[in-house]
Amino acid sequence: MKKKQVLVACGAGIATSTVVNGAIEDMIKEHNLNADLVQIKISEVGSYEDTADLLVTTAMTKKEFPFPVVNARSFLTGIGTEHTKQEILEELKK
Amino acid sequence: MSDIYFNESIILLDVEAETREEVLTTIGDNLVNKHLVQPSFVPAIIEREKEFPTGLPTAGVSVAIPHTDVEHVIQKNISVAILKNEVDFGVMGDDSEQVPVKIIFMLAMDEAHSQLSLLQKLMQIFQDENELRNLVNQTDKKAIKRILEEKLNFQELEGGNK
Repeated sequence: MKKKQVLVACGAGIATSTVVNGAIEDMIKEHNLNADLVQIKISEVGSYEDTADLLVTTAMTKKEFPFPVVNARSFLTGIGTEHTKQEILEELKK
Repeated sequence: MSDIYFNESIILLDVEAETREEVLTTIGDNLVNKHLVQPSFVPAIIEREKEFPTGLPTAGVSVAIPHTDVEHVIQKNISVAILKNEVDFGVMGDDSEQVPVKIIFMLAMDEAHSQLSLLQKLMQIFQDENELRNLVNQTDKKAIKRILEEKLNFQELEGGNK
């Protein structure tokens, strides 16, 4: 299976994406997934359009991307975390 | 790498404001006066909040974590403000929803992608309804400082940066 590229993005690329990045790193280890994480600002997503397989973000995205987008706010509030993890897992296991 | 600045002088209680711009200006101006951030920090954080809202609806007391780019920060710090009355913030990642926010953690970081364990500990507080209620009911800045120092474990974090 090809290694997946996962973009982790927030508005500033400082605070929230760091937390989300940590949570997904743990998931990758736990489930032994073949994926690379790239932590970026949401404004930088465009330059990864050709390579990325998934975008996980706490910022809003009005733009359409050629890959699925998962909202990761639950990693910050603890509400609905399991559902979000499931969404990410499904995409990475494809 | 410098330590995180955190003490009573950047904990604000009973902050009165009608709008989120007022809230952000009050907290930000305090940091400017203490030379912890550049004057450009205040307009930058207001702009960022418009574009990427940071309100987080939690199970108990809703919070916001405004932050902006590292170049506006002189010394990294976390400022806390408890509002007299809730003020509406946009919900993070959702351009249609607002959330009435009671407590603000303004994150002034001086390096991107750092402070993972600190941020994770902060998020753990957000996930603890009782702890948030406990925090907003405090009337003494020292008590808030003590609770957060214990929960965020600043000492352990020193030198533990990525």
